[in-house]
Amino acid sequence: MENLLSLTTFFPLVGAAILAIFLRGDDAEAQRNAKWVAMGTTLATFIISLFILFDFDPQDTGFQFVEEREWLLGLTYRMGVDGISVLFVMLTTFLMPLVIAACWDVTHRVKEYMIAFLVLETLMLGVFMALDLVLFYLFFEAGLIPMFLIIGIWGGKERIYASFKFFLYTFLGSVLMLVAMVAMFVDAGTTDIPTLMGHNFGSETFSLLGIQIIGGMQTLLWLAFFASFAVKMPMWPVHTWLPDAHVQAPTAGSVVLAAILLKMGGYGFLRFSLPMFPVASDLLAPLVLWLSAIAIVYTSLVALVQTDMKKLIAYSSVAHMGFVTMGIFAINQQGLDGAIFQMLSHGFISGALFLCVGVIYDRMHTREIDAYGGLVNRMPAYALIFMLFTMANVGLPGTSGFVGEFLTLVGVFQVNTWVAAVAATGVILSAGYALWLYRRVVMGDLIKESLKSISDMTKREKAIFAPLVVATLLLGVYPALITDIIGPSVEALVSQVEVAVAEHETATMVAEVQE
Amino acid sequence: MVAADLQILLPEIVLSVYAMIALLAGVYTVKDRAAPMLVWATAALMALLAFWIATGPSGTEAAFDGAFVSDGFARFSKVVILLAAAAVLLISQDYMARRDILRFEYPILVGLAVVGMMVMVSAGDLIVLYMGLELQSLALYVVATLRRDSVRSTEAGLKYFILGALSSGLLLYGASLTYGYAGTTLFTGIVAAAEDGVSLGLLFGLVFLITGFAFKVSAAPFHMWTPDVYEGAPTPVTAFLATAPKMAAMALFARVVHDAFGGVVGDWQQIVAFLSVVSMFLGAIAAIGQRNIKRLMAYSSIAHMGFALMGLAAGTAFGVQAMLVYMAIYVTMNVGTFAFILSMERDGKPVTEIDALQMYSTREPLKALAMLILMFSLAGVPPLVGFFGKLYVLRAAYEGGLAWLAVAGVIASVIGAFYYLRIVYFMYFGEEREAVETRMPPVVWGALMASAGIMLFGVVNLFGIEPLAAAAAATLVD
Repeated sequence: MENLLSLTTFFPLVGAAILAIFLRGDDAEAQRNAKWVAMGTTLATFIISLFILFDFDPQDTGFQFVEEREWLLGLTYRMGVDGISVLFVMLTTFLMPLVIAACWDVTHRVKEYMIAFLVLETLMLGVFMALDLVLFYLFFEAGLIPMFLIIGIWGGKERIYASFKFFLYTFLGSVLMLVAMVAMFVDAGTTDIPTLMGHNFGSETFSLLGIQIIGGMQTLLWLAFFASFAVKMPMWPVHTWLPDAHVQAPTAGSVVLAAILLKMGGYGFLRFSLPMFPVASDLLAPLVLWLSAIAIVYTSLVALVQTDMKKLIAYSSVAHMGFVTMGIFAINQQGLDGAIFQMLSHGFISGALFLCVGVIYDRMHTREIDAYGGLVNRMPAYALIFMLFTMANVGLPGTSGFVGEFLTLVGVFQVNTWVAAVAATGVILSAGYALWLYRRVVMGDLIKESLKSISDMTKREKAIFAPLVVATLLLGVYPALITDIIGPSVEALVSQVEVAVAEHETATMVAEVQE
Repeated sequence: MVAADLQILLPEIVLSVYAMIALLAGVYTVKDRAAPMLVWATAALMALLAFWIATGPSGTEAAFDGAFVSDGFARFSKVVILLAAAAVLLISQDYMARRDILRFEYPILVGLAVVGMMVMVSAGDLIVLYMGLELQSLALYVVATLRRDSVRSTEAGLKYFILGALSSGLLLYGASLTYGYAGTTLFTGIVAAAEDGVSLGLLFGLVFLITGFAFKVSAAPFHMWTPDVYEGAPTPVTAFLATAPKMAAMALFARVVHDAFGGVVGDWQQIVAFLSVVSMFLGAIAAIGQRNIKRLMAYSSIAHMGFALMGLAAGTAFGVQAMLVYMAIYVTMNVGTFAFILSMERDGKPVTEIDALQMYSTREPLKALAMLILMFSLAGVPPLVGFFGKLYVLRAAYEGGLAWLAVAGVIASVIGAFYYLRIVYFMYFGEEREAVETRMPPVVWGALMASAGIMLFGVVNLFGIEPLAAAAAATLVD
């Protein structure tokens, strides 16, 4: 199968086209059909993507399953996966059927809803597979359109504000990246990502408008990419769109946002910032490390005082993404392994937590923590599952959350002990807000009248959680499943950065001696 | 010799002879009854001419000692102009007929304006340039006041006329200065005169010429007439103003700065870059407060002209190519958008308030989707074709050493995205309000869908426009 990646990427789009063209009417029957078509499409996509995983050779650190086709403006349609991206592809295809299942109860414009998610899946998969700068940008940005509509049409009360904020915030971040991409295109004469990884962008200091730019062109390009990915991650202090977007988005939208869309930022750092601008990455790593440490502590504290469950989990997501950026810019094997692991595990855990909120929101139509209490009495199964994911969010050993946090902390400790020390307090704080949330919602006596008749999870809801539970626990006890696949690619990346940085230092020293 | 020269002008001659015959026929015999037939005939003739020019001989030919040039650049521009004019004529017929303003002069005046534009883009001489420009402008002043009994329309026409005349005056002043200091009106002669540096007089001439062009393309700070004229003119005329004349004026702009002042890029580059950045920001910011979709499209077109000028500011062949691609995409998007705006009405009266579109998507999902695609394309969001237009000009600007302009441009495009998003927001997640009707005859529906389809599927290869634009740009810039 030489078109395996394209097939995986565009299969959901085919499903969306079928829905758009052939499905008529808006009665219960049509709605059911729409859901089943979407479910079938996402499941089939998952099955197709399994072939990628089975045929993937972890020892090969280059790009595999590469496809190439001429495009316009000297660009190329080029797709491929390596050890870093393949698991993000799998994460996406794995979660999408669950996302579709999570919107089973939606009755408002179901067909369009399903189409939006299917289109979004295609775009997300494209982001992780694209091997051409502009192709990457195309998928990266196009994802804003369906997400804008998902928040805007199916969102909560303040959805209009949230959708505009989401769109414009991320758009502003990305357009600077576009200019940087154009600059790279002109500088290197190609938009081919593997070639650009080997291209040496200028790192000699020059002055611009009287300001000395240390690291030269690399620093400028790095900053432009950073603007985009930091917003997408999101990193403190440009995270403010996320809580709004999360709170207003429908449950399924929140799941996609937290579990997959946020990972594009981290993936971008790994795919562009580190290998293409190693000198600038090395130079600016302390900045990112400290921003991450602040993010972890600050957003954890903010999470503590939230009264809205979704907002609390949104802030917790920002904190956990802080671990990811911290791990990435530790630039060593443990840090990077940990960052990727954390992203994948956060995909399962945060997705599951938003689904947990969705379960009770569907019943009570409020996300206020105060409106709940004592749910364990009526919803034992829910209490169990919510507990598992709360613990995973805290980072309890045995769950996947632990592995990621631990590895990133180990990685950072070798680079900057202070940052590691500050970040480690975030682990304690996360235990604080997560357990407190759990206590207020689930524990205690069931005294509120409105909750007296609440029912436990249905079979469908349990079925959605089952794969997530398995994934979280499995990765928690046997993390080698992931690290075996990402290990060699990460190793290659780390050594590439180290070589480039060493070369730059030698060159600078030689220059100084000559003076 | 003259026969050979006229041979080169044949498309223009055919169109103007047709226009005059149609005019005579209209005046003496059939009057307004023949208007629908004339609309179709004119559109068909334009499409035919476009096909003729597109498939005709390639290579550069000059008539009348270089006063009239037919090269790849002119042909590319002419095809875009002719097709845009034909499309606008077709979509306007139903609107005008139902509002009783479909006079037989309308297609004829549009035809004459198109002749003017074709002369403009082929001009190789300042006098030919002015002739083409005035023929175009005079025809446009009249069509802007087509609705004779409406104060709005008359006001629009009058404003357009006065400001247009002012800009023509500036341009003419620039032309006379250029002639005075270069000693010739031929572009080839001006290039030779400017070979070793531009004299002060020539520089003044250049600046006045550029000012005149900036008026015609409605680039800020010479944009003031645009919103009023767009709002006041009957919508089909607005659609016409927003498409073909913009392409023609932009092509003329490129023609003069490259053909006549191609040797002194540095002297005009900063002016064009300034016009570009001001237009982009003004168009983006001023449109935010607009409640009228026609005014909004006016500011939108100002912003888009800023982007097209960014390509021109690069001063390279690639920059011209980028500008041509950008303009072709812009024209296509605007035809589709105006096809939609034309059809907005309530109880048979045209509606131009944006919030009339509230929850439009629940009533007309397909048309709303087409508008959604067009709006995101205008905003420059990938994968829609509007994005590629932006990509081209950004690359041109960066390569031309104008990185700051590229950065300014993308920031303006984010600000501009807001108002396009607002239209989407009204259509998809506003509140239920009194409905707007959009009765579309098949032609209008087809124009809207075709335009949206091109924006969506153009991602594959931009329908092969790239090599054509590249070849066209290569003939203009050596």
